Amino acid sequence: MFGLSQKDTKFLLIVVALTLLTPILLNPFPSESGLAQFNAGYPALMQRFAIYGLMAIGFNILFGLTGYLSFGHAAFLGVGSYAAVWMFKLLSMNVLPAIILATIVSGLFALVIGYISLRRSGIYFSILTLAFAEMSYRLAYSVFTPITNGETGLQLTLSDPRILDSAPEGGSLPVPTLFGLDMNASWTANVGPWDFTFNIGYYFCAVIAILGFYLSLRIFRSPFGMMLRAIKSNQTRMSYTGLNSRPYTLAAFVISGMYAGLAGGLLAAMDPLAGAERMQWTASGEVVLMTIMGGVGTLMGPVIGAGFIKYAENIFSKINESVLHGWFGWLPDGLEDIVVWFFARFVGEGWHLTLGLMFMIVVIALPGGLVEGGQRIARWVRRKSGRETAADETTKPAE
Amino acid sequence: MDAILLQILNGLDKGSAYALIALGLTLIFGTLGVVNFAHGALFMIGAFCAVTMQRLFSLSYEVVDETQTDFLGNPLKVQVPYVEGWFGEGAGTTLIDWSVPLAIIATIPVMMLIGWAMERGLIKHFYKRPHADQILVTFGLAIVLQEFIRYFFGANPIQTPAPSDYQGTVQLTQAIAYPVWRLIYFFFSAFVIAGVFAFLQFTTFGMVVRAGMADRETVGLLGIDIDKRFTLMFGIAAAVAGLAGVMYTPILSPNYHMGMDFLVLSFVVVVVGGMGSLPGAVAAGFLLGILQSFASMNEVKSLIPGIDQVIIYLVAIVILLTRPRGLMGRKGVMED
Repeated sequence: MFGLSQKDTKFLLIVVALTLLTPILLNPFPSESGLAQFNAGYPALMQRFAIYGLMAIGFNILFGLTGYLSFGHAAFLGVGSYAAVWMFKLLSMNVLPAIILATIVSGLFALVIGYISLRRSGIYFSILTLAFAEMSYRLAYSVFTPITNGETGLQLTLSDPRILDSAPEGGSLPVPTLFGLDMNASWTANVGPWDFTFNIGYYFCAVIAILGFYLSLRIFRSPFGMMLRAIKSNQTRMSYTGLNSRPYTLAAFVISGMYAGLAGGLLAAMDPLAGAERMQWTASGEVVLMTIMGGVGTLMGPVIGAGFIKYAENIFSKINESVLHGWFGWLPDGLEDIVVWFFARFVGEGWHLTLGLMFMIVVIALPGGLVEGGQRIARWVRRKSGRETAADETTKPAE
Repeated sequence: MDAILLQILNGLDKGSAYALIALGLTLIFGTLGVVNFAHGALFMIGAFCAVTMQRLFSLSYEVVDETQTDFLGNPLKVQVPYVEGWFGEGAGTTLIDWSVPLAIIATIPVMMLIGWAMERGLIKHFYKRPHADQILVTFGLAIVLQEFIRYFFGANPIQTPAPSDYQGTVQLTQAIAYPVWRLIYFFFSAFVIAGVFAFLQFTTFGMVVRAGMADRETVGLLGIDIDKRFTLMFGIAAAVAGLAGVMYTPILSPNYHMGMDFLVLSFVVVVVGGMGSLPGAVAAGFLLGILQSFASMNEVKSLIPGIDQVIIYLVAIVILLTRPRGLMGRKGVMED
């Protein structure tokens, strides 16, 4: 189905089902219970899961398949955001033209940067993309202020022309819509003690993320994807066989840049403002982190990594000492203070420490990321349960 | 003429910092072949060594001064730093005043220890891993180190003044008054750079290290434990970054993320100078520092708006595309 093998179709359907059921799956705790703060099923966070997942999927097409480590992908995210907000300001509050323009503009931007940066590879490529991204960031702050509105960030105003649906006199700021469907609208279902919020904006992002995932699945399985993998494993040999690898890497770069731009456009569609800090190199580093954390070169890994980091960012940073005291209240007093003090270093303001540590542990112990971790556990469980049948497996002929 | 001279001088202090950090990065890269993204964090830790020194000297105890009274009529409690109690008031105040330069003495062993621990504890396991892994793990380490510093010192920049004798400006020519400390920083970094080069050039140890940089395997075959020496070089590189940080504190009040801000630029410097080339790193550091200060002249800015923000990156892009090995890169080092 959809031009995929049976196994991939099943995989895609599982991903679709998980994505659509996210508002339910991420709210496992009743909203009145003490664990409700671990619920991630609120719209703003779910939208971020989908958007950054999309961006990580795109980054993975470049980094996972070709091995070119770009440290400048945040620039495309920022450009996409700016393009989308300008579309809101000039044309209409409909999100479709905005994200289409965001994708096209960032694609062109990626074409220029990629054309230059891909002349070099390895660490030089990383530094070149980093240099371009930092240049865009700094220019967005200073010279391009008429376009980017500098430090304030680009925002909607009441005096925007908005050709197709100009605001009524004296009205409030309009919100992004999809043919009249308000992006901020949510519907809350109360099932017993649970509250599930179904948000239109999230489902819009989710549908686009699924389309993006499907496209990346097709790229992974296509001859083009094969070529990209060949470039990763030995570029010199590729060029000796008379193949010019540049068009392939450039195509991968532009595609992943367009993913990032689309993600930026979606960010703006959920909350119509754009700021230069989205283009800073730490933001690029975050995407690299998500991809590594989940598993480079795997289909699902980057999405898991993105979800993991965004979840940690939102949930860990919310926990404070009084919450911890609530948890460890059953410990004897002196011990409680020590335990709470210890854990407080890793949550709240200190969640960056957790991030750095997790990151180091993943790179040191699990180079394949969380996906590899999951696979290892699965293999271990299978070996445990299937010890009796293991005898047959060992007699398999060598391949 | 004066304007040009002034811009060159202005570029020197930033350039010195870039040169010192880039020198350390290149030492690590040239010896161990590791791309160290935590080097900015080492610079930052060096700066906080100065802060710690200042706080240690200012540790004080309470003395009840009978001759003075507070507004309620009780005897006034005065905070007296321990050093003043031990060495007398004059020497104590001088010590506190001089805490930044004095921190150098403590910084060198502390940074060498940190560098040694880093190399033995973490970097050692990453020699054979791809550069991307090295970048990522040291990046994670940099985040962790930053958070430690933020826990102990808070998120706000901490003022650490230079000794009061050196806080003013000096009249270099009739038109140019230049902050004394920046001049000192330049000479200090020139001294450190000269020291590192002399160490590598004129000692047996340095000779072995240079031989190891050129051909590690052969040196190993000759029965020399090159790993041990390279570990020490990592310590020295860390110490160089730390020294750069200590002396920079009066110019820029240290905060916990100053390392990251310098790291990106220092990497650009290393690449422009040529990966693995020590003179290249130093030259590119000063060159880019001075270029940056020229680009921030008003005349240049009005000609090309925004050039002051991007000049370093622009130069890096042009150099990388026209001279793939950087200014003085060696043949065969990191060529794809």
